[in-house]
Amino acid sequence: MKRVGPFVFERRLAPTRTAILGYSLLAILAALAIMSVIFWAYGVSPIKAYSVIGRTTLGTRFGLMEILRRTIPLLLCGVGLVIAFRAKFWNIGAEGQLLAGAVAATWVALFSGIPAPWKIPAMFVLGFAAGALWGIIPALLKVKLQVNDVISTLMMNYIMIYIVDWLIHGPWKGPTMRGFAYTDIFPKDAWLPTLPLSRVHWPTLVIGVAAAILAVLILNRTRLGYEIRVVGESEGAARYAGINFLRVSLAVMILSGGLAGLAGVGEVAGIHHRLLSPTQVSMGYGYTAIIVAWLARGSPGVAIVTSLFFGLIFAAGDVIKTVLRMPFQVTGVLNGLILFFLIGVEPLMHWRVRLFPKGERWTGKAGSSGS
Amino acid sequence: MVDITKAFPGVVANDRVTFEVRRGEVHALLGENGAGKTTLMNILYGLYQADSGEIYLYGKRVRIRSPRDAIRHKIGMVHQHFKLVPRHTVAENVVLGLEGSPFLNPARSVERRIVELGERYGLKVDPKAYIWQLSAGEQQRVEIIKALVRGADILILDEPTSVLTPQEAEELFKILRRMVEEGHSVIFITHKLDEVMAVADRVTVMRRGKVVATLPTAGVDKPTLAKMMVGREVVFRLQKAVCRRGSEALVVEDLWTLSDRGLPALKGVSFSVCRGEILGIAGVAGNGQRELVEVITGLRRATRGRVVVLGEEVTNRDPRRIADKGVAHIPEERLRMGIVPEMSVAENLILKKHHRPPFCRGFFLDLRAVRRFAETAIEEYGIMTPSAQTPAKLLSGGNIQRLILARELSGEPALVIAAHPTYGLDVGATEQIRQILLRQRERGAAILLISEDLEELVSLADRIAVIFEGEIMGEVVPEEASLEEIGLMMAGEKRGVRA
Repeated sequence: MKRVGPFVFERRLAPTRTAILGYSLLAILAALAIMSVIFWAYGVSPIKAYSVIGRTTLGTRFGLMEILRRTIPLLLCGVGLVIAFRAKFWNIGAEGQLLAGAVAATWVALFSGIPAPWKIPAMFVLGFAAGALWGIIPALLKVKLQVNDVISTLMMNYIMIYIVDWLIHGPWKGPTMRGFAYTDIFPKDAWLPTLPLSRVHWPTLVIGVAAAILAVLILNRTRLGYEIRVVGESEGAARYAGINFLRVSLAVMILSGGLAGLAGVGEVAGIHHRLLSPTQVSMGYGYTAIIVAWLARGSPGVAIVTSLFFGLIFAAGDVIKTVLRMPFQVTGVLNGLILFFLIGVEPLMHWRVRLFPKGERWTGKAGSSGS
Repeated sequence: MVDITKAFPGVVANDRVTFEVRRGEVHALLGENGAGKTTLMNILYGLYQADSGEIYLYGKRVRIRSPRDAIRHKIGMVHQHFKLVPRHTVAENVVLGLEGSPFLNPARSVERRIVELGERYGLKVDPKAYIWQLSAGEQQRVEIIKALVRGADILILDEPTSVLTPQEAEELFKILRRMVEEGHSVIFITHKLDEVMAVADRVTVMRRGKVVATLPTAGVDKPTLAKMMVGREVVFRLQKAVCRRGSEALVVEDLWTLSDRGLPALKGVSFSVCRGEILGIAGVAGNGQRELVEVITGLRRATRGRVVVLGEEVTNRDPRRIADKGVAHIPEERLRMGIVPEMSVAENLILKKHHRPPFCRGFFLDLRAVRRFAETAIEEYGIMTPSAQTPAKLLSGGNIQRLILARELSGEPALVIAAHPTYGLDVGATEQIRQILLRQRERGAAILLISEDLEELVSLADRIAVIFEGEIMGEVVPEEASLEEIGLMMAGEKRGVRA
């Protein structure tokens, strides 16, 4: 128990649902408040900015569809990261795993010669495999050589970014693209179907929602999920129970990387229909998915909600760019602010705050600090 | 220090302790782990505050609220685990936090002093060397220099030899003698009788938070001290059926292994445990017990020797394979190993068995079977929990241990390895857990019981082997052996001709 001014802080054993929800909302509001200052500094009235954003994203069919389109890669990567984070495997590499999926899909579409009806399924299968492969490497490094997972997964992103850059400038550069650094457009049989008058490639969306549901089942109902949770919660207990760290780490990264790979398939086969610059394929979905997973607090089901929220923020970024004429990078600023405040309120969730009753004397007893 | 009392939740660590050190003496503070030695010294050094009692320095009453106060009163402490920055040099570590050192290049200012002190007391160490390059003995010297540079007159050393080789310990004793000749006082916390006799002028023996006696070492012998340290003859005995010894369940032959620090922790340990028998392993903590348990259960690699369970060699096998053979393990570290604190009671009850029927069928867990098992286990072992879905971390220590026992003893294991099974538990839980172990023995399980509580070993075990610095010093039958004899072996005396 601690006292700060008129408030008394009592430690809780576990944060309650209300505390998590309340403080998360508080953090988001704080981020939006700081964002207002940025709008204002740009000479845009914050009230106007938020009302325009609200109207054009949530208020129109097109806006809603754009939110959904942005949600798809965030959901797939986010669910994968939730699984990895449950095992305390800090996968920061969803971005690279996503791009690996995109590369695999491009190969299927342009160079594989797989016949038409099998093309799209093959893109998903190989996209998953490519993302998983990109995830397996850091898993092996971690278990076999104790290489820090944060650093290896992060570095794998850069490797993949440069592979994509090399492909589009070199061997895969499209002859019909008049010198631009793209591949050729995919043949129509490699385009994912979309909802009418939108860019929502629904097969990927369906896969994303199914992945979230499957992840819930895996984590709570299967032997693998049980082992993932034991490894994540207590390394000592996992060792004691004879759980095989290599197997669990590999499984986690196959799922996590594979789902990110599927997101990459969706982006190139559903929206761009070609492989182009890594920043255009992904726009940082793999990084934003870290926040999506963090906010979901280990629950793949909740990741559906949090990815929708960040889908909204990306859609808002488009509005900021086109309607308010501010740079799209502002979305990155907003993402950063939200993450900053979310981490900031984290310690508060573990404390119960109440007003110190007037007139009472402070004794500081009951589990004071020290020892 | 007069009438010092300090209570922690559940235990009274110091119960009206009075302790006195004279100027210019080495004073040993002797006792088993948990006797309250370190707590008392932490109070003197200002790390803890006493609940009651007073401290006098040279006749004047003082209040010591923090280590900073202690340093101001010229008290220094060298902890069992060194508090040094490995990537800094000796001089940089010495100067860290030192009052009155210059802002620029502070390390330079103490280098001369380090060399000077080194010559005066025989504390040879290069001030420019990096800590990570130094041996444990040298690092300890740095800690002592740190205290001396801060002007310590009274130096507290907490189990200083636990990390040293015998030669390094010899060196340390010489340094300490030199220091008291110069008028310093040294308080030397230990549980080793040899060291007391080798270096101390006087000794205070503590047991269960109380002082047993303070004596000059000239007038006592080791057996007397050993008896004081381990306590009275056992007062109560559990009702115990006659031992019906069956076939050998566990055979350990010439077992060697390394500690986490890479030093030999087991040096050729051999013994066997039969079904229907309890073999007790006595010894002060840190003499290889943890490593022994870990090697048998597959958690640590043996560098030499064999472990045979139920006639099959399992040396360095996968822990899961060993567990599946019917080896139950009640771990020393309940919270870090025994349970997954965030997971529910029901989920914790299937740990280690989660991969086999009835709990696991193919890829999926059978949640119904898990729930049913939790209900029976909670009932049978009297685990006090609001529900089977409650996170295990919310249970009390006794109930966590009941949970672990319920899990480990289900499925009638052939071999039970119990490490400190009642450590830190209240009387009721202790009683119940001892009864459970005896029931397992009657059922025909072989039990390896590692404990520091001699009373527990004497009342439960059929044979007691004493371990000291990774070697078995001897084996006794509790009815025939005196506590004195066991105490001597615990302090490093090999068993005589009677073996």
